[in-house]
Amino acid sequence: MSVLRGLVIFLGLIVAWQALVWLTGVEPYILPGPLAVAGALAARWSLLAGHAGYTILEILLGLAFGTLLGAASALLIAAFRPARQWLLPVLVVSQAVPVFALAPVLVLWFGYGLASKVAMATLIIYFPVTAAFTDGLRRTDPGWLDLARTMGGSRLAVLRVIRVPAALPALASGLRVATAVAPIGAVVGEWVGSSAGLGYLMLHANARLQVDLMFAALFVLAVFAVLLYFTVDRLLRLALPWQAEQS
Amino acid sequence: MDEPQRRDIAAETGAPVAVHLHAARLSYRGAVVFEGLDLDLPAGRTTCLLGPSGVGKTSLLRLIAGLADSEDGGALPGAAVDQAGRPVHDRVAYMAQQDLLLPWASVLGNVLLGPRLRGEHRQPEIARRARGLIAQVGLKGREDDLPARLSGGMRQRVALARTLAENRPIVLMDEPFSALDAITRFALQELAARLLAERTVLLVTHDPLEALRLGHRIYVMAGSPARLETALDVRDGAVDLPPPPRDPGNADVLARQADLLKRLARAREEMPELP
Repeated sequence: MSVLRGLVIFLGLIVAWQALVWLTGVEPYILPGPLAVAGALAARWSLLAGHAGYTILEILLGLAFGTLLGAASALLIAAFRPARQWLLPVLVVSQAVPVFALAPVLVLWFGYGLASKVAMATLIIYFPVTAAFTDGLRRTDPGWLDLARTMGGSRLAVLRVIRVPAALPALASGLRVATAVAPIGAVVGEWVGSSAGLGYLMLHANARLQVDLMFAALFVLAVFAVLLYFTVDRLLRLALPWQAEQS
Repeated sequence: MDEPQRRDIAAETGAPVAVHLHAARLSYRGAVVFEGLDLDLPAGRTTCLLGPSGVGKTSLLRLIAGLADSEDGGALPGAAVDQAGRPVHDRVAYMAQQDLLLPWASVLGNVLLGPRLRGEHRQPEIARRARGLIAQVGLKGREDDLPARLSGGMRQRVALARTLAENRPIVLMDEPFSALDAITRFALQELAARLLAERTVLLVTHDPLEALRLGHRIYVMAGSPARLETALDVRDGAVDLPPPPRDPGNADVLARQADLLKRLARAREEMPELP
């Protein structure tokens, strides 16, 4: 049913797009119709696939590093009280600086290759993961903590056995947000300076007025982002079956 | 209970422990909940604590459990001690009104929570004992189920098994059956009385009948600051009640229930604000 609904929404948007092009008679170099984009998609498929693979790799690596770093920071904050006092301000500052403004610096430091984009994606993913997991770790049911205290568990044992599992649903919602924003990090990084990737391809297609190719790249990126989100969402549901049963 | 089982418990938990609380004081947001309060829990007996909501029953139980934090961060006056004067807070098992089961852990995992926290859960002896307790509370075959698959009564049975798995001489229970329907509650009172015999139990409840079914001694907590009145003590020569768990149809139990209800109604009128 949900697949059918998704398909209807998708086709509806395509039809609306085509209708807009026909009704306004807009020039193809401003807004190409879906048929022209489909043509570009078919004709330049291998070029698009190569660049898409590069961007996907950046996104996946960024997700992995951002999640690992974010989860580790949240654990550190939960395990050691001084860590909270020292790390939280750093965290807030890291978000006060717009990540887009940092992109040129990252390219300067890490070069035009993969590393600067992965750094960018990592940075943009780090905050939602850390914030959500920290929040979850702070919201342990006080009843469980009382119980653990009478049972005589050490602080670390309580963290491992009770607080971390209890915070996993919060971490999962952080991961969902991170998955949604990860492509932004990678593509912005590519716009600022790169030699490959969908963002790079779009920039070049734009400069050469290959607007249909540009839209084809955008389409590939959007399809991947949606697929990634639903895959992650599905995996998280499978990993935390008790969460669904609880609600 | 038969004789071998009785010896079992004595061998497992050692001699029964009496609990004494002397001149206990607790304040909450500047208001004194109680002060100069004395409480005795006889060794190997069940003591019930009745009283209106908000009078401080739970605070008193938490004080004995070592869960009460003083507002100024200092030591709390009147820590509970045993007959030899040693603190008891590290020898209590605690059971709350909510079952406090971990939703991601199986029935067995929940019963083994204490051993896991202390790093003892890999000892085969402890796991074997936990399975035995699950069978004793009537949940044999459900060891691998998640709590979400159990009814409210079953969940509280798991909580009871987890409390027993701690194998502590003192058991503190804060309205453990009050969220259950009447029939389930009746069955669980029976079960708890059987499994907790020979341990020193403090049961906080708002149900006079529950107190009369299970208690060797009953205190009514009333007033502000709160004081304790003894409402039943089986050591009195005047008491001719059968040992717990008592039949709720017993004429003496019913007469005392009516008496206790009136007493609680008076205690409630003493509260500064009626909840």
